[in-house]
Amino acid sequence: MKQAEFLRTVLPFKDKLYRLAKRLLVSNEEAEDATQEVLMKLWSKKSKIEAYNNVEAFAMTMTKNYCLDKLKSKQAGNLKLVHSNYRDENTSLQREVELKDSVSFVHEIMEQLPEQQKIIIQLRDVEQYDFDEIAKVVNMNPTAIRVALSRARKYIRQELVKKHNYGVS
Amino acid sequence: MELANIEKLLEKYFEATTTVQEEQELQAYFSQDNVAPHLQEYQSMFQYFTDLKTEKSTRNVPLQPRKNYLKWISVAAVFILTTSLFINEWNKQRKAEETLADFKMAMSLVSENFNTGASHINYLTQFEETKNKIFITKNN
Repeated sequence: MKQAEFLRTVLPFKDKLYRLAKRLLVSNEEAEDATQEVLMKLWSKKSKIEAYNNVEAFAMTMTKNYCLDKLKSKQAGNLKLVHSNYRDENTSLQREVELKDSVSFVHEIMEQLPEQQKIIIQLRDVEQYDFDEIAKVVNMNPTAIRVALSRARKYIRQELVKKHNYGVS
Repeated sequence: MELANIEKLLEKYFEATTTVQEEQELQAYFSQDNVAPHLQEYQSMFQYFTDLKTEKSTRNVPLQPRKNYLKWISVAAVFILTTSLFINEWNKQRKAEETLADFKMAMSLVSENFNTGASHINYLTQFEETKNKIFITKNN
């Protein structure tokens, strides 16, 4: 497989890898590192790539595993991840002002979710994968994914409602 | 889209029984400006997901296309080295052959001249015979 051909297969989902990595690792830099690492691994396995019928799902799984490994070693090294680079882009100024607070609040809620639910929410609500595709990445059956997804969404709602009521009363 | 439908979709959404398409409808509804007041608390959630979709990786992929560049250079170097050695050797051999040919030619020239020299000796023997006829020696 030539370099150009490799890039053609990889580039369409490169951003998805990055977003998934960012969801798990939080910092931009680390997410970029993770993306790069995964793509390099794919490149070194380029001769086998043709054998996989779904390169994207494979790459997503690699990213997921890489990030979870990273997180594990982080926890072992007693390092805390601090995020400082959250920005919501591409919104009109007015909307930005209106929603900025509550949107970054959603971000905080997302941070509290367990990794598995974070991944599922990311794949479903951001990348809009269907359950079969998610199943390939997280290695769970669709029913379990549905339950986890519902739980995660309800958790976000519950926290939002809590905040909403708190603000009112 | 009418409100009742959205509410129904939202309910399904939290049970995670919506399809991808229905979720897109929800996201479209929440990214426009007139959201019903009692649903506004969900807006930030959908807004957040919409925002996340715009995140892009900015770093390029540093692949190494020149990885076997060096290997090819070494192959070429070895090739050039062996051919030059071979040509050198071949030249030497050719030179030796040339010298040998020259030497052979010189020697054949010498032998030719020698042979013409030797053929003149015939006259001498003729002379000897005639001389013997004229001068009778003692022992005859």
